[in-house]
Order: sequence, then structure tokens, then C-alpha cells
Amino acid sequence: MKLLVAVKRVVDFNVKVRVKADKSGVETANVKMSMNPFDEIAVEEAVRMKEAGVASEIVAVSLGVAQCQETIRTALAMGADRGILVQTDAELQPLAVAKLLKAVIEKEQPKLVILGKQAIDDDCNQTGQMLAALLGWAQGTFASKVKVEGEQLLVTREVDGGLETVRLKLPAVVTTDLRLNEPRYASLPNIMKAKKKPIDTLTPEALGVDVTPRLVTLKVEEPPKRQAGKKVGSVQELLDKLRNEARVI
Amino acid sequence: MTTYKAPLREYRFVLSELFDVGSLAQLPGYTEATPDTIEAILEEAGKLCEEVLFPLNRSGDEEGCHYENGVVRTPAGFKEAYRAFREGGWTSLACDPEWGGQGLPHTLAFFVEEMVCSTNMSFGMYPGLSHGAYRALSMHGTEAQKKTYLPKLADGTWSGTMCLTEPHCGTDLGQIRTKAIPAGDGKYRITGTKIFISAGEHDLTDNIVHLVLARLPDAPEGTRGISLFVVPKFLPGPDGGIGARNGVRCGSIEHKMGIKASATCVMNFDEAEGELVGAPHKGMRAMFTMMNAARLGVGVQGLGLAETAYQGARAYAAERLQGRALKGPAYPEKPADPIIVHPDVRRMLLTMKATIEAARALAAWTAIELDVSEKHPDPERRQEAEDLVALLTPIVKAWFTDVGFAAANLGVQIMGGHGYIREHGMEQLVRDARITQLYEGTNGIQALDLVGRKLPMHMGRLLRRFFHPVSGFIEEQAADQTMAEFVLPLAKAFGKLQQATAHIAQAGLKDPDEAGAAAADYLKMFALTASAYMWAKTAKIALAKSEAGEDAGFYRAKLATARFFMARLLPETSSLLTVIASGAKPVMALEAEAF
Repeated sequence: MKLLVAVKRVVDFNVKVRVKADKSGVETANVKMSMNPFDEIAVEEAVRMKEAGVASEIVAVSLGVAQCQETIRTALAMGADRGILVQTDAELQPLAVAKLLKAVIEKEQPKLVILGKQAIDDDCNQTGQMLAALLGWAQGTFASKVKVEGEQLLVTREVDGGLETVRLKLPAVVTTDLRLNEPRYASLPNIMKAKKKPIDTLTPEALGVDVTPRLVTLKVEEPPKRQAGKKVGSVQELLDKLRNEARVI
Repeated sequence: MTTYKAPLREYRFVLSELFDVGSLAQLPGYTEATPDTIEAILEEAGKLCEEVLFPLNRSGDEEGCHYENGVVRTPAGFKEAYRAFREGGWTSLACDPEWGGQGLPHTLAFFVEEMVCSTNMSFGMYPGLSHGAYRALSMHGTEAQKKTYLPKLADGTWSGTMCLTEPHCGTDLGQIRTKAIPAGDGKYRITGTKIFISAGEHDLTDNIVHLVLARLPDAPEGTRGISLFVVPKFLPGPDGGIGARNGVRCGSIEHKMGIKASATCVMNFDEAEGELVGAPHKGMRAMFTMMNAARLGVGVQGLGLAETAYQGARAYAAERLQGRALKGPAYPEKPADPIIVHPDVRRMLLTMKATIEAARALAAWTAIELDVSEKHPDPERRQEAEDLVALLTPIVKAWFTDVGFAAANLGVQIMGGHGYIREHGMEQLVRDARITQLYEGTNGIQALDLVGRKLPMHMGRLLRRFFHPVSGFIEEQAADQTMAEFVLPLAKAFGKLQQATAHIAQAGLKDPDEAGAAAADYLKMFALTASAYMWAKTAKIALAKSEAGEDAGFYRAKLATARFFMARLLPETSSLLTVIASGAKPVMALEAEAF
């Protein structure tokens, strides 16, 4: 079974994100970039499926600027077999990403696509769902366990009330949650091997996809500073404040 | 305040901007080591160090190693961390592909080592010693010995040690008493006691390969009668695995000031079976190939600890709100200003930063030349590189470890009482750093090596390998007005270094105590001048890039730090010259009985 994983290049989770002076977005110049942690989980799951003999080939796909190659290399060092970069300097919103992925998937014909449930930069949590809808495939989002059973897939999902297990028909789209697995460190020999694995480069134009953003970002601001807390004298006062000031009960 | 992030941007600067690490990929055997691969490897190594080794640093220090009936257990988590390190292939980084290694340059190993030492120096001792044993066997072992030991040392399933020191001799190895008696079958029976043996016994690997200095029965006196032996804890079995237990046991472990998670062992050899490595009585020479590499490695330990101290102190200084800036509140909206507003705190932070970054640049230079000295097709270029590495080795060892200890101390100073208590991890760095100034030849010995061996060697040829590029750089930059503020102080310090060199050469010829009395100060002067050279070269690059572009802030910081170095640290060379010129008399006049 051929797998496709989507990996996004994002600001590293350790970086303290700063808003640009003109409020048009966050500062990404001279900032450490890494693979979206949820996507690392997606790659890890794919590699485990390959190690278990369930998957035969893993294709890692990234979309964006030329440096996304580094993100693909990371996936290759973890165990993916080859990479595809859809290169563009344009801003990519989830719908455009889903359309581009759909175009790549139609060329590659994987049986299973694994993505992070969201990216830690925009926290959209949309691409996987949009992709499944565009493809008309089954979807298992927020997966904390994935098991292949013949032509079907058992996905345990983390939902509000607990865990929900769904049975999907392949081909399918799965998005990963944090508890699905713990991604490995790439080993030194695998980092070296990754260098020799092929990465194909495509463009949105070549795929015939219009990536024009449908949403306009008006402004980006830092969250308001947290206000100092208030001491309450009694339970009665607490209840009163919760009811009338905070209006949460 | 324990915090550490691998300084990847700094690595990129010294490797690809200040020096040309890309040139290594042109050398035979290093074609894989392109800059982008090096960067990817450093990044992944950094991740492992930050996430696996660093969290065990303080717990390992608190718990220490355990000794019971000859068995040593490392602190909780070390076994798992070692497995991750070994399985990741990190033990084999600079080993030969013929023995299962990755065949990557020393330059890369240097900086991976720096990150390991930054995050957990005790842990780093175990693979570090193994690599020393690997090198000694690969250079001096027989084919059979290589086949038996090198693949295991490369993949980290076995580890190694260097057994030199005995209770009555450390620096003066000519006094070694451990005996090696021929057993008749080409093997030897080794008997004696070795002390201070790092990684002598532990629970991280299946077998431990000791490289032991001992005397044959017909050995001449002194260092000319010392031979090197390989003595494994378990004799190698016919299948390449382990066989019978050999007669070498750990008698106890030391209770030390620092690096508590590194097992420092007393090793008792009782008719242990060993094999000769290299020629009889030539053990010192074989050991020296190992020791030179080890000395550079210890220097890198100093650099690694300094970096962690700096990162911790920087974070504390930026967050600790206390008092107000001398000129009035710098952050009126806060209850107090962070202590980084204070000149004295900035002085300490900048001292750390300026010495660390220059040391890292020197490390890159030394490491690249070390690779060139081994791999370059042109013998002349190899010799040139070997000379420079030989010259810089005592400086890297002594200066970097002095920088490490000083930085850790400044870290404590910046944190005040919070640096002194154990919770914040800063005092551990002071304790861990202290050993680096002692082992692999104390820093005093390094200074003697510089003054007594390296300066006069080949009629000053080694020295010219450093002097020529520096004077060449000064001449080249003379016309560039913007560089004057960096080149003039460099030229001044360089002139003083030449004066001091001439003084030592003349006075030391008549009286060796003259050279001995000047040695430590001369080494420091040399290190400061070499650092100034690194800062001037850095400034040249930074000036061009500090005006505009995404990274302009990085280069402006380089320029500010270079200026601090030139203004506040380099002038010490003047007082050092005065001290050196005062000669040996003030040091030697007092009768030994009067102390």
C-alpha cells in the first residue's frame, strides 16, 4: 500500500513568536523553522506502517517556498522514501493546500493520506477535512490509533467525550492527534541516506490549481496582556463575580 | 536557570561564513559532507542533545554513579539515553566506513561534541573515551585487532578507556609500574593498578575495551620503556561476541567535585590477558595520537559548558526584575528593570559571549585543519595543517577550559544566590568545568607544551603557520578604513605576542625556568591574540551584512561583541607582556622552605 504524508514547514515550536511591526503577520525572518509537530506524528505513523509491512512506499509532500525541501528531507531522514515539493512563494490557505494535495494524489494514487490534524502556525484544522471532501474519500480525524484491516481502516478518534472508533473504507484521509505516537529522532545513517532520496518539484500552475487566497488577513495582533487576578473574600462573592462579571455560570 | 538550545546559527556562521566547511567535501573520503548535510546533522544532533541528554544532566549529577562489588551502575536514564545515542548512529560519526562508521569529518564531530558537552558532559565521557580507543586501535592495531574491536567501538555496543594514570604517577608516566609478562602464546599477562579511569566500569555496554600502558620485563627505564596493550573486560568470543571474563576489575569509584555521572574508576589488573598494540616500548607514541585528539576534545568540553552557562545567565539576566537602571527606569511599566540593564551584568555576559564565540571560531579553524591534515591530497598542505593543529592543540585545551570555568563562574555571579543553589543547575557547571582544566594534562602542562615543545619545534615552523596568516590579514585590511577599529588593536596585540615570543626564545635558551615562568601567561596572551584575529575576521564579514537584510541584527551583534572584545578583553595582553618581561626571578626567588 502506498502512503502519502503531507508535511508543513512552520516556525519551530520553541521560538517565541513575534508579530510584525505592520501587523500583517508574524515575523518569520531569521527564525528557526521546523516540521509541524503534528506532521512529524504523521510521518512516524507512516514509517511504522512500513516497518510493519503494511505500507510499501511513503511519499512526503510539502507545499510552499524552496526551503520546504529541508522539511521534506527531515521526513526522508525519518524514513519516507521520496519527496514532492509543490513550490510557490504565494500565500497558501487550507483550501488551496487541499486542492494542490488532491492534484498530487491523483498523480500518485496513494491508498492512504496522513496529515497532521492542524499546523501550529495558523491552527486552522481544515486541510485534512477539505481534502477528504474534495477527493470524496473517507476521513478519520484526530486519530490516536490507526489499524489497517484488509481494505479497511480502524481509526480511534479523540473526541470531546472520550474516544470514538470508526471503520473507514480505503482509500482514506487520516489526520493525527498528539497521542498517536512519539516521533523518532532521525538516525545519523538515515540523515545521510535522505540526501540521496529523490525530491520532485512541481508548481501550482503545472498542477492546474488556482491558489489565490479566498480570505484576507485584516491584521494580526498579540493577545491582550493578562490582567492581574482579584482576591475574593467569600464564596458568595466568587459566585457573584462568576455570574455577573465573568458571566460564565 | 537550566535552558539550552543548540547554537545552530553560530555553527553556520563559523563553518560556512567565517571558514569554508564546503571545502571539506572536496577532500577524498568526505564527499558526503556537504554544508547542507552538515547542517541537517547538527540540527538533529541538537534535538537529541536538548531533549534526551539535557534532562538527565542535573538528575545524573544528583544521583551519581553507584558502586557495589565491582559493578558500577550509571544514574537513572543513562542506559536509555545511551541506547538512543548509539542506535542513532552517533558513536560512529567520525569512524571509518570500513568499520561501520559514517566517515564524516572531525569538524562535524567537534560541534556535535560541543552540544553533547553543553547538555550532559558526564554522558559525553562514555562515547568520548570509546572514540579515543577507536582512534588508537585504528592507527596502531593489527588487522586482527581492528577486525575484533573497531566495528564494536564504532557502533557503540562496546566502549573504550585509556588506562594511563597510576596511584603514584599521572603527569610523569615514565614511572609506570604496571607489568606485562609474555604468556608464550603471543598474549601478555597484565598486572597492576590504574586510577582515575573514566568509563572504566559501567552498565552502558556489553564489553569495555581498556587500552593500558604497561612495562615489558625487558623494558628500559622511563617513558621509553612503556608499551600499549589492549585488555578487554570480556575476551572476544569466536563469534565476535563476548567470551570469558578477563582479570580486570573495578576496585572502587572516586567521589568527585563534578561530572558525577561519569564513573571514574580504580581498575585492578590481575594477570589480565592482553595483546600488544603497536611495537614494544613504543606505547607513549601510540598513546599520544590518542591524547592529542583527546586534548582537543577536552577543549571542546570547556566550550560546551561555557555555552550552557551563557545561555542560562542570559535568560536569567533578561527575566530577573530587580532594582532600576542607574539612569532611571528602563521599563517603567514593570515593577522593576531586568538586571541586564546594569553595566556590570552586561560586562559579565559580554565577557562570556566574546570569549565563547571567538573560541568557537578557533575550534572551527582547528577542526577544519585537522581534517585537511588527514585527507588533503597535497602532502605539503597536509603538513601545514598538521603544524597548525599541533600548535593550537595546547591553546584549545587550556584556553577553552579556562573560558569554560570562567563562564560558569560568571554565570553563578550573574544569578547571585540563585546561581549558588543546586536547583538552577549553574553551580553544577562550575563543578563540571573544573576537571577540564586538570585532565589530559593540566593547563600548566599545556602551557609548557606550547612554550617548550611547540615554539622551538622545526625552528619555529609551527609558529609561522599562525603568524603568517595573521600578519597577512593585517596587511590586507590596512587599506580598509572601516576595519581600522578592529585591525589596529589586533596588530598591537600581535606585535606584543611577537615580542613575548622573542623574549621567551632568548631567555628560555639560557634558563629553562624563564620559559616555564612565562608559559601560562604566554598561552593566555596567545589565546587572546588568536581570539582577536577571529573577531577581526568576523567583523570583516559582519560589516558587509549589518546594514540590511533579514539577518542584519545577527551581524550587528557580532560587531558590538567584537568591539567589546577589542576594548575590554584584548588590552590584557599589555599587562601579560609586562609580566612575562619581568622574568623568572620574582617566581623563583623564594626558597622552597620559606613557603
